[in-house]
Amino acid sequence: MIQEHLPALQVVVPLAAAPLIVLLRHAGIAWALAVAASLCAFGASLALALEVARAGPISYAMGNWPPPWGIEYRVDALSAFVLVLVSAVGALVAPYARRSVAAELPREQHYLYYAVHCLCLAGLLGMTITGDAFNLFVFMEIASLSMYVLIALGRDRRALLAAYQYLILGTIGATFYVIGVGLLYLATGTLNIADLAARLPEAQATRAVLAALAFITVGVSLKLALFPLHLWLPNAYAYAPSAATAFLAATATKVSVYVLLRFYFTVFGAPLVVDALPVPQILIGLSAIAIVSASLVALWQTDFKRLLAYSSVAQIGYITLGIGMATRDGLTAAVVHLFNHGITKGALFLLVGGVALRAGGVDFGRLRGLGRRMPLTSLGVTLAGLSLIGVPGTAGFVSKWYLVLGALEAGQAWLAALVVLTSLIAVAYVWRFVEAAYLSEPEPGAPSGEAPLSMLVPSWVLVGACLWFGLDTSYTVEGARRAAALMLGNAP
Amino acid sequence: MTPAQLIIACLAVPAAGAIGIALAGRWPNLREGVTLATAGLLLACVLALLPTVQAGGVPQLFVLEMLPGIALGFRVEPLGMLFALVASGLWIVNSVYSIGYMRGNDEAHQTRFYVCFALALAATMGIAFSANLLTLFLFYEMLTLVTWPLVTHHGDAEAKQGGRLYLGFLLGTSIALLLPAIIATWALAGTLEFTPGGILRGTASGSVIGGLLALYMFGIGKAALMPFHRWLPAAMVAPTPVSALLHAVAVVKAGVFTVVKVVVYVFGVETLAGIRAADWLPAVAGFTIVAASIVALRSDNLKRRLAYSTVSQLSYVVLAAALLTPLSVAGAVFHIAAHAVGKITLFFCAGAIYTAAGKTEVSQLDGIGRRMPWTMGAFTVGALSLIGIPPLAGFLSKWMMFQGAAQAGNTMALAVLGLSTLLNAAYFLPIVYAAFWRAPPGGEAPHGEAPWPMVAALLVTAGATAVLPFASAVPLALARAVAG
Repeated sequence: MIQEHLPALQVVVPLAAAPLIVLLRHAGIAWALAVAASLCAFGASLALALEVARAGPISYAMGNWPPPWGIEYRVDALSAFVLVLVSAVGALVAPYARRSVAAELPREQHYLYYAVHCLCLAGLLGMTITGDAFNLFVFMEIASLSMYVLIALGRDRRALLAAYQYLILGTIGATFYVIGVGLLYLATGTLNIADLAARLPEAQATRAVLAALAFITVGVSLKLALFPLHLWLPNAYAYAPSAATAFLAATATKVSVYVLLRFYFTVFGAPLVVDALPVPQILIGLSAIAIVSASLVALWQTDFKRLLAYSSVAQIGYITLGIGMATRDGLTAAVVHLFNHGITKGALFLLVGGVALRAGGVDFGRLRGLGRRMPLTSLGVTLAGLSLIGVPGTAGFVSKWYLVLGALEAGQAWLAALVVLTSLIAVAYVWRFVEAAYLSEPEPGAPSGEAPLSMLVPSWVLVGACLWFGLDTSYTVEGARRAAALMLGNAP
Repeated sequence: MTPAQLIIACLAVPAAGAIGIALAGRWPNLREGVTLATAGLLLACVLALLPTVQAGGVPQLFVLEMLPGIALGFRVEPLGMLFALVASGLWIVNSVYSIGYMRGNDEAHQTRFYVCFALALAATMGIAFSANLLTLFLFYEMLTLVTWPLVTHHGDAEAKQGGRLYLGFLLGTSIALLLPAIIATWALAGTLEFTPGGILRGTASGSVIGGLLALYMFGIGKAALMPFHRWLPAAMVAPTPVSALLHAVAVVKAGVFTVVKVVVYVFGVETLAGIRAADWLPAVAGFTIVAASIVALRSDNLKRRLAYSTVSQLSYVVLAAALLTPLSVAGAVFHIAAHAVGKITLFFCAGAIYTAAGKTEVSQLDGIGRRMPWTMGAFTVGALSLIGIPPLAGFLSKWMMFQGAAQAGNTMALAVLGLSTLLNAAYFLPIVYAAFWRAPPGGEAPHGEAPWPMVAALLVTAGATAVLPFASAVPLALARAVAG
């Protein structure tokens, strides 16, 4: 019974937890509910992933209305992979949030934070699991609206401006997306993704379909912060509450990447997107600019959280670069980096949240001598930083390996050179932290002491994951390769 | 224990030792006891592997699959065996020396120092025993990262600058050149396993192979081929035991070890000889030998002179490997051991002079041999060995290299070897002369030898330099086994 309805429960549990939290309004109960809902979602995603690996894609008819008339939930190798990432990060951030939120938000807003956390989780999971293009828009709005609130809850007043900026750009993105979906409906008369994929070849190159592709590309690119549509991201990450930054950085842009992959390779198909149109060239060009410029900008930041935010723009560039290659290795790199960068940045932002709690901020002045003041946190940041660089033995290395391999096999040596040379910029910005933490004397009177265990443990779980998935890649690489094969094989 | 368990032990013993050292940090005597016990146990494990390898066995162990088709795996062949023996054997001596040096100079952060040292040895064992390029690359990068805290040990502006150069050159070359070379090798050959005869034969045109060779040779920054040698003199800001074991033995030998591994087991000597794609390499190595010797000649700082001498000596190994004759390859392998014992002696002496007399410059050493006869005696033995005076260790490897160069008919290599021998003599002998025959400057505080652990250590390695040629059956047999 439960097994049968897992796809629905995946979304319904966190979705239902949110109004319950608002009704109860007690900070402690709200937290407990959010943790329980996040853990349930994680369990559901694991069960779904196992089932997909065993028996192939799952199709679930919402309310027993069979697709394509009803809303279909569909879990395949790609969506199962993303569901596990999103729900795992959600399940780690929820217990972490208690101390962090208590320190950063006024008490009367605590319950609100947890309600919005659950809503955001439900929205992101819904975007990933749904097999219906319009339903995807609905979940996109749920996730986006809750993100605006999460960001605006930041105690820095600039958080409001950042949330407003994101609200404007995010709404434009969602609107573009829904216009694209509308055009597709016009051309095919269906909203079900599988059905769209089946009917589009008949309507192949009509102007409406091409316009739909353009609208969806721009709309989703805004959401995933592809250069030059990334302007909302650095401020949003920098001023949001620590727990929210970690959650958003590890999941939100990744789900948008998933949506892009879904539309490019399932709905429109590789022959149209990759072969007939210059989409790969555009993606590769923009990604290259994103990687180089954002890495360089990151190098000059005075605030470590902002540095990491710009690094995210660059790292998203690596993902879209892999998509642009549109080969099996390139797509493997994109999907595996989506996962690896999710856990790496998640770990970094969680640890940075611990520093913010103890030191009151994370500009480089406050990081001086951190190696002695918070040894475990500093070591964690250093190890996750190595994963960001792509040192062998860490998750980031696996991504770099497939990116370079994909570039070499496509005969584009300059892309391989771009990937390895920009990794050196990452060395430089990670080492700014290492030198500050280990080779500088702390400022007099700088606070000392580790972050509380409830924050340190989830952070270190992700740091451990960065190392584990660097040595044993059977889950990540196999999952990514299956997803890549699915995307290229599904092409009509 | 089975050979596979011994391989695990060779990695696990220093790693566990690092944890033990960290836990014992509050009790210095116990902490140093853990270091010495770990070093002794590691040497015992390495020695236990030796009979199997000498009998022609190839112990191996595969841990897990890091990437589809590429395992994290270990395989002990003669070259790795020799490297592991040299590094683990000298670690014991170096640990005794470190105790004298670190206490004699009242250094801070001693626990961190010993922890990183043990981790560096674990990484070195990983490099020595790696079964494929990916495993080697993993431990190669790990060695760079765990030695960075040792280079920046003093934490001042100079150490920070040295650390930046160290990391910039080593990570820069390995990520930007070596990694793409490894991935290209995987794309071409479909395997990264070290295989006698090489894995790249017939996979690509001569020019592609030549390009790959360039990526490898310059990408292995630890071999300090010019122009990527600057990190080595920069690393001299570290405490002297670090310069002695890591930047004369473990780290730099990991570099030339990787060079020999790549030439012999990835490209294959015959593949390279057949397409003449390696012809430029002896020239670059020869240039590095001569140029670094000239810089050494002009350096007044003793450690800097020794560092540039190391840059030059490393390129002997690269040159000998690039000559691609069996004798020169055997000479390259033997020189890894011969240079190790000689150069570590010289660094031990430099550290002893600093500890006892506070002197760092060559020009300050007039008459110091009268106050520190044991130290300067050992220095003389090490210097003569590196110049190549028979019957010391350095003579034997140089002799093999000369023969190899003659065999290859490479007059340039012969000329470089001859010229550099003269240059070696020119930058080492004046130190010996000044120490024993010049009068000490007046008005100095009197001092004697350095603390006894340091003197004992440097006498042991000087003795090894003298004894190695007479006990060379094991290293020579291993060296010949590599050359095939």
